[in-house]
Amino acid sequence: MTFPDYLVLFGGMGLVTYLPRALPLLYLAHRKMPQWLIDWLDLIPVAILSALLAPTLLADTAARTFQFGKLELLVAIPTLLFALKTRSLGGTVLVGMLLYWLGGMVY
Amino acid sequence: MTDHLNKKEVLRQGAGAAWPICLGYLPIGLAFGVLAQKVGLPWWAVAMMSVMVFAGSAQFICVAMLGAGASAAAIILTTFVVNLRHVLMSSVLAVYLRGVNRAFLALYSYGVTDESFAVNLTRFRDGAWDRWRALTVNHLANATWFAATVCGALVGQFVPQGALGIDYALTGMFICLLVFQLQGRVHILTAFLAIAISIAWYLLIPGDSYIVGASMCAATLGYMIKRHTRRSKP
Repeated sequence: MTFPDYLVLFGGMGLVTYLPRALPLLYLAHRKMPQWLIDWLDLIPVAILSALLAPTLLADTAARTFQFGKLELLVAIPTLLFALKTRSLGGTVLVGMLLYWLGGMVY
Repeated sequence: MTDHLNKKEVLRQGAGAAWPICLGYLPIGLAFGVLAQKVGLPWWAVAMMSVMVFAGSAQFICVAMLGAGASAAAIILTTFVVNLRHVLMSSVLAVYLRGVNRAFLALYSYGVTDESFAVNLTRFRDGAWDRWRALTVNHLANATWFAATVCGALVGQFVPQGALGIDYALTGMFICLLVFQLQGRVHILTAFLAIAISIAWYLLIPGDSYIVGASMCAATLGYMIKRHTRRSKP
């Protein structure tokens, strides 16, 4: 592929990535939102984070099959407890990494 | 915002919030660079893509599709579908960026990713966070992503795999941010619903629709339950 090929491809990808990120913000930030929408949007972050995490913790992502008890899930439990107890983002990330690293040696 | 001290403070606090994202982007960005280079992309094309697209999962899919000989139109369409989930995140952010001028929002939108969204939203909710600090998080994450992907394309094959558990950085970050979001029974219930729906959707339906699908279903169910319990109280 040549430079113009890449320019067209990445330009197109960039546009369809940017518009979903920009249009709702540009539109909604200048309108009065109904209360039901605000209440619904209030539950979206917790839902997105859970939906993003679920396959990492509960599935074999290469074969796309259910898998219970993978290292990611076992490490997630103490990591979650640490987050609940300390409410420290940086600390939780480091504890998760450490446990995953140690777990990988024995698991 | 004009005085020097204040700018320094914004940068410092922005960096304090962004570092877990940056740490998580290193292994993923490096891996991406290595993969892209194997498929035949030169380092400058990797740099171009990380600036023009800036979307981790879409970039991985693009490289995989290029390797399989897919057309540009197919790749762009797939990118669109994969990144539709940002519609939800952008809508949620609108609650906290109400009335901000459009030029700022246009710049801010560029940096809305799963990671920056989750970090900034948590900070906005706690208060003591503003749009400049949030924008700093976006830009630091973007700069790290750019540097990591280009490094990966240039020297990635020499980096050892799985060093220091760094592959768990983003998972750990998401777990902690999820904990921060659990502000009541409805939130906990919504989290469980989203996990159950997401995993079922992921196993049954190919592609990435499980993220948007499960989030919207779980939030809607949670919202209905919340309204129902509110109404049944005397």
